Amino acid sequence: MGNRCAVIGVGQTRYQTRRRDVSLAGLVREAALRALEDAGLTFADIDAVVIGKAPDLFEGVMMPEAYLADALGAAGKPVMRVHTAGSVGGSTALVGASLVQGGVHGRVLVVAFEKQSESNATWALTTHLPFNASLVVGAGGYFAPHIREYMRRSGAPDHVGTLVAVKDRRNALKNPYAHLRIPGINREMVESTPMLWEPIRYLETCPSSDGACAIVLAAEDKVTGTPAWIHGTAMRSEPIMVAGRDVVSPRAGRDCAADVYRQAGVTDPRREIDVAEVYVPFSWYEPMWLENLGFAAEGEGWKLTEAGSTALDGDTPWNASGGVLSSNPIGASGLIRFAEAALQVRGMAGEHQVEGARLALGHAYGGGAQFFAMWIVGSSKP
Amino acid sequence: MRDVAVVAFAQTVHTGHDTGLAEPELLLPVIDEVKRATGLKRFGFTVSGSCDYLAGAPFSFVSALDAVGAWPPISESHVEMDGAFALYEAWVRLQHGDIDTALVYGFGKSSMSDIREIMTLQLDPYYLAPLGLDQVSYAALQAAAVNADRAALDEIVRRSRADGRANRYALDLPDPPTGKNTGEEFEVEPLRPYDVAPVTDGAAAVVLAAGDRARELAGRPAWITGIAHRAEPHYLGMRDLSRSVSAAEAGRAAGVDKGRVDVAELHTQFSHEEPILREALGLSGDVTVNPSGGPLAANPVMATGLIRVGEAARRILDGSAGRTVAHATSGPCLQQNLVAVLEGAVLETSA
Repeated sequence: MGNRCAVIGVGQTRYQTRRRDVSLAGLVREAALRALEDAGLTFADIDAVVIGKAPDLFEGVMMPEAYLADALGAAGKPVMRVHTAGSVGGSTALVGASLVQGGVHGRVLVVAFEKQSESNATWALTTHLPFNASLVVGAGGYFAPHIREYMRRSGAPDHVGTLVAVKDRRNALKNPYAHLRIPGINREMVESTPMLWEPIRYLETCPSSDGACAIVLAAEDKVTGTPAWIHGTAMRSEPIMVAGRDVVSPRAGRDCAADVYRQAGVTDPRREIDVAEVYVPFSWYEPMWLENLGFAAEGEGWKLTEAGSTALDGDTPWNASGGVLSSNPIGASGLIRFAEAALQVRGMAGEHQVEGARLALGHAYGGGAQFFAMWIVGSSKP
Repeated sequence: MRDVAVVAFAQTVHTGHDTGLAEPELLLPVIDEVKRATGLKRFGFTVSGSCDYLAGAPFSFVSALDAVGAWPPISESHVEMDGAFALYEAWVRLQHGDIDTALVYGFGKSSMSDIREIMTLQLDPYYLAPLGLDQVSYAALQAAAVNADRAALDEIVRRSRADGRANRYALDLPDPPTGKNTGEEFEVEPLRPYDVAPVTDGAAAVVLAAGDRARELAGRPAWITGIAHRAEPHYLGMRDLSRSVSAAEAGRAAGVDKGRVDVAELHTQFSHEEPILREALGLSGDVTVNPSGGPLAANPVMATGLIRVGEAARRILDGSAGRTVAHATSGPCLQQNLVAVLEGAVLETSA
């Protein structure tokens, strides 16, 4: 894992459908300045900048890190641009951490963003390579059959997805940065919304958001303010199609979790991890990832959700921030998970703080549930 | 820092036209080749570089994973940059000390689209891209700023194309027209058509290894004794286009000036970039530049920079050079530059 590394600053923009008041550069700079302010630093204190976002087609700017270098104070410094599909926000944090863990830099600024209002992500995700048939419309069209298969295997009752949708939006009401803040959100409200991709209803999906998230990472001798120490980092990828691949509980996810738990010395994630920020863009992915990440035995994940274990006051809170279901600037969504995990162990999560959180998991996935990035952060040094 | 070396390099026989192969089909043979060369089937880390806009579809790196054989799942990442920057990420990852090998690859098919127009989309979308400035036009601004001698540029193109014809992986391009035949045909003044790197399809792969693992995998590893990259402001008006400050800074950080340079492989997509980069890196006239023919003889976008590292390493691996320099660039008019120094004998005593 290399040298010790800590998150010392977090900055987020208020996620919303359209940020017409700022350019792409203005958006990322807003998050970056807030992260620097949190760390008590300025751009001059930063050695390198790592930028992440999902496909360039989402804004129509090719390799935008070139254009964004100025707004992020990166002139004269190394800039990296990460793109690993939906997991990119998490991967970007890991590439930034790697620069510190590898002893290359003392302080690194990590920024991820998406300005979905610049284009239509569902369209951008529906185009396909020449000579390949496009089988789906958007991400929901791809993941709905996987969810249906999970329901068949586990025998989970139909309303479990609704419970997740309600729980995460209730948490979002406690997060000032969340996009979807729906007063009085309840099951009836979710169940009354149209079916988009059976079994996924409108309110069981993530919104399209504009937003950016930034974190400042530091080596042990460069820590300022309140650190969240990195206890483990891992990435795993598998092909989108390979004989024997289980799309419901992908092996890459299980392997990635096993790797990050080993580094952090976690043997029983449900008991030892105080709060988890997990990439749940469609409600049913909570029970699916509860199993994939070893918080529940196979076929048992939905029971934790149904029992309220994953609620803010449950025994294993998931997505206290409201999660991807409440805010989804795609390229930033993974980094928001990683940053929210850090906020929790720094005790700085505000109204959605999980009391006494000392160890937190940040998780992101992407592609056809084939790319995974995870980290575990803690309030004490590893 | 931990000693890390290039232990294997492979590239496609690049083509100036679409041969009908999809990106994973371009990649599979080169990845197989570096696996054979090292005997490795699995790597501690895998990272690639590519650009969605070349294929005109999102996630072009997803299907590329099929060529790697990512089953069981692998530790893997991707940069939306040239493969040389992926190599940098792998070098950093190897510094952690828990893994000893990394696979790096880059690929691109510029035959599928109009790279000159696509590169316009890399500019500031509010103030620059709407002007419609295309890649050759902004390069011409830089060529005008450096005001290089026409005869010197002609010689760079002649030399690059001749070297390319001697390189089985590069394109076979004729000598540029000479004397009166050049006429008044500018692509964009002062650039002539042959000053511009050709449309090329191709891919490349490199294997990095650390310490003793590198010594096991290659007879003469190409040790990366320095590697660094730096960006400059994006806006062309904020830079002195006749110089490359970021290449000079990256070169200093990589330690180019700490010894003799036998060969330099530079990511010159236009002939006038060679004098700019020679000056920035302090390469004297007797340093052999781009003996492979360089990008002016084969420019598979997103692999071109990685190929510079591979070509610079190859000359260490085969014993024909002792100390080489590789350069890769990103962004308009050399906005961001990466420089690596590779050495053969120097590190053989360090453990």
